[in-house]
Amino acid sequence: MTFHSILFTTTEDSAKEEMLEAPAFFVDLNLDQIIDTITAGKQEYDLKPFYHAPLRDTDAITYRHEVMCDFEARTLFESIKVFAHRMRAMREHLTQAGKRYYKYQKESWFLDAVETYCDAVSCLADDLSRADLESRGFLAFREYLADYISSGCFQALLAETKKLKADLATVRYCLLIKGNAVKVRRYELEVDYSADVESTFEKFKQGVVKDYTVKLTSWPDMNHVEAQVLDLVARLYPDIFLSLDDYCDRTAGYLDETIAVFDRQVQFYVAYLEYIALFKRAGLRLCYPHMVAQVKEVYDYEGYDLALARKLIIEKSPIVCNDFHLQEEKRIIVVSGPNQGGKTTFARTFGQLHYMASLGCPVPGREAQLYLFDRLFTHFEQAENLQNLRGKLKDELVRIHAILSQATSHSIIIMNEILTSTTLQDAISLSKKVIERIIELDLLCVCVTFLDELASMSEKTVSMVSTVVPENPTLRTYRLVRRPPDGLSYAISIAEKYRLTYHQLKERTGS
Amino acid sequence: MKAFLMCRDRDFDPQRKLPWNAPALMQDLELNTLFNAMALGDKFLFEVARVAVLSGVSDDLDTMLYRQAVLRDCLKYPAIIRSMYDLAVEAIESEKKIFWGIFGRHPDTILHRAVDVLQMFVGVLKKLRGIAEQYADRFESEGFAALFAMLNRELSDEYFAIVQDHLRELKFRAGVLISAELGQGNKGANYTLRKLEGKKQNWLRQAFAAKPPVYTFYIADRDESGAKALSELHERGINLVANALAQSTDHILSFFTMLRTELAFYIGCLNLHGQLTQQGEPVCFPLPVAPGERRHVFAGLYDVCLSLVLGQRVVGNDLDADNKALAVITGANEGGKSTFLRSIGLSQLMMQCGTFVPAEFFCANVCDALFTHYRREEDATMNSGKLDEELSRMSDIVDHITPNSLLLFNESFAATNEREGSEIARQIVSALVEKRIKVFFVTHLYTLARGFYDKGGTNAVFLVAERQANGARTLRLVEGEPLQTSYGEDLYVRIFGTVAQTRGAHELSAV
Repeated sequence: MTFHSILFTTTEDSAKEEMLEAPAFFVDLNLDQIIDTITAGKQEYDLKPFYHAPLRDTDAITYRHEVMCDFEARTLFESIKVFAHRMRAMREHLTQAGKRYYKYQKESWFLDAVETYCDAVSCLADDLSRADLESRGFLAFREYLADYISSGCFQALLAETKKLKADLATVRYCLLIKGNAVKVRRYELEVDYSADVESTFEKFKQGVVKDYTVKLTSWPDMNHVEAQVLDLVARLYPDIFLSLDDYCDRTAGYLDETIAVFDRQVQFYVAYLEYIALFKRAGLRLCYPHMVAQVKEVYDYEGYDLALARKLIIEKSPIVCNDFHLQEEKRIIVVSGPNQGGKTTFARTFGQLHYMASLGCPVPGREAQLYLFDRLFTHFEQAENLQNLRGKLKDELVRIHAILSQATSHSIIIMNEILTSTTLQDAISLSKKVIERIIELDLLCVCVTFLDELASMSEKTVSMVSTVVPENPTLRTYRLVRRPPDGLSYAISIAEKYRLTYHQLKERTGS
Repeated sequence: MKAFLMCRDRDFDPQRKLPWNAPALMQDLELNTLFNAMALGDKFLFEVARVAVLSGVSDDLDTMLYRQAVLRDCLKYPAIIRSMYDLAVEAIESEKKIFWGIFGRHPDTILHRAVDVLQMFVGVLKKLRGIAEQYADRFESEGFAALFAMLNRELSDEYFAIVQDHLRELKFRAGVLISAELGQGNKGANYTLRKLEGKKQNWLRQAFAAKPPVYTFYIADRDESGAKALSELHERGINLVANALAQSTDHILSFFTMLRTELAFYIGCLNLHGQLTQQGEPVCFPLPVAPGERRHVFAGLYDVCLSLVLGQRVVGNDLDADNKALAVITGANEGGKSTFLRSIGLSQLMMQCGTFVPAEFFCANVCDALFTHYRREEDATMNSGKLDEELSRMSDIVDHITPNSLLLFNESFAATNEREGSEIARQIVSALVEKRIKVFFVTHLYTLARGFYDKGGTNAVFLVAERQANGARTLRLVEGEPLQTSYGEDLYVRIFGTVAQTRGAHELSAV
């Protein structure tokens, strides 16, 4: 098996599957926040394009699931982190080499870079050889790496690098500064005078005293005096410095392209696994969703909104999970109920789950089956925009029209509080028309609305309602339950609180 | 180098943790009066006296005897002791006056200052050695013998010569010799100051004579940045030695501080001794016995604080309470009961810190904790009732109590009716005494005192404040049966009688 990429099954994919622009629905689903958080601190890898590119076939998704599964073993995760850390150090050394002015400084930084690289690659190869791997991606990469390590060219690089480092470490010299004269010669085992002074006064030692060592700022650059000294040191050790020059000329192109690409792409997994660690620690579940393309039965148990959950975990607030299940002919979830009850969160969760699943990532929930969509659309309320010179209602209809004309029967659409800026009557009739169109297209859809009428429009709809705590209706449970909307639930629970329901009244009056 | 005048084998720690009930002891035993007499207005002496006296309960019998011997020497040669103390103070004060320079912390300024400080210290150390040389054979105590021997041994003429050599060499007249290695980016690293053997011509001649090459370059006169770079190199070179020397001066300073601290205790004792003998009060070195024994025998024991406040001799008491675990003190108001109780506490603390006690003769077992439980003023915070407060303090004491503790009660548990107070006290005292805790209890609770008296037993002693037939108090305590009255009538008559008389006088003049 030849190794192409740790992210993609075929090489063609890797070229085209990098989307620079975030999809249009990112903001509505808070995916922008999620991806920002995931990629935070990893700017150098430019990971966003990978997160902007959903996969189109189940095998590509499985390929990533396999890699993620291998990662779940802590040791591999640590190995990759160490590798990444070293590769980062290597790049840092190269940057330093580029910034330096004096030749021997540049060469030293370059040598460090190569040494770090050799170290990174050897250690990773060693770690992988002992790792218990099952994914196609890692198995192929292991093979590639093993071949590379044992190649004569790498072995020569390694040996030469180590020898130069060792030689440079033997360099010792002395400076005698007097007035404006500086003499440079080899070190000849002169006594450490500070230690001498210290031992003279050793007998007075009582306990810990202040440290008087002055923190002298050290710049990576040399000044011309240091450079002059270094040039003289090079003359004291001519062989070592000659071979350093020669080495740097020959090894400029040491970095293996495939390994460099791996280093970047594998961070897609590292970033996501680091991101979800927080949720796991908080006791929230994540699972590998079963992806379906032929049927439209989708479900997820104990799901949650990633962006919101992260915020709540940091605030140490409780998190409420929700379930959904669309069986057989059911396609549309109509969400209604009290405000601030978690309806929008539910809609976002539905979208996030499908999107993250399409990237080949584990998703919130205990068990999930999700649909492999071709396009995902969202329609969330937008602030009035003077630029498009349309009224709010008209603007909404234009946007909905655009969505419905682009959607195929493999698309998913998420609508939040549609068509609110009109009368109730209008809203009902317009919304019904939109839903009818969605039903015709056989789209998977979540529709958040205050219009109870939409819930029972067709056999394809399922009604879910946000709920309140019965004893205290001002408290939301953030739980959505599958039941027909009843405008009463709110009033009933207030009655219950004052013990004025029918049964309570009977009981209290004792008849 | 250690002073070891307070303990045979360890430094006296002025930051030593004091017993948790130190504030209560200060208040109940009027310790400020004692410490002021020892300090004579010197804050440092006060602080050392405070720590030494209060922490004495955690020192062992051996340490007490060790200090007694040292103190005997001090009493014999007070002038020598005071001049040693003055030398330590001189060194400490002079060090403070040596200027740090205005250019902040540079290795150069640190080094210069350290050289100056060291020069001054050498002067004081020589004087100290002079005292040791002159008087060593006169002192008898182990503590002084060891100190003088140590000074003679460690501060030899040869040693002073070595120090002078360093002080000369650290002026770097022959230049600064620094060794270095190649660090990251081939910059010089591990700059280490090296000893420049012999004179500079020698070094050069050797260098030219021997094979290893020496290269020299010069910083041009107008090259300001070059001069700056050179001085940076110079600073790197001397950074460690500057630290070593500055730390050495700190160590010597802490030697002086330790010497001062340990001598301070004896200076305090000398001060106290002077005042008491001037008032004609007797003092004696007590005879401490092991904590497990129960001894309390003394003659002419007086309240040292009362004596100091009055500035004249006060009444002393005798007691033979060997093998007693409980002393119950009752009798006339204003009869000297509290004074007696205080003298018990003070003498115990003084004995245990190793000084003399205010008595003609004194022998007692060492206790490993001293507690006082005195009546306190009403709690201003209104958090608890008075009995509550007393019992809560009692409970705190019980949390810390150990079998060989000494516990002084002064009118405790009287904040309720007589019978209840007595019963509470009886239960507490019985339990403590059974735990082998030594208790002195001053009380007006007749039921309590009578109860213990009637119970008989040989482990209790009963003392009564003496009152002559005419109501006059001798302020002496004698052994005897508890009395039902405390002769409060006497007091009433004294106070109200006077009031009635004056009122009568007013009436007369009004007529």
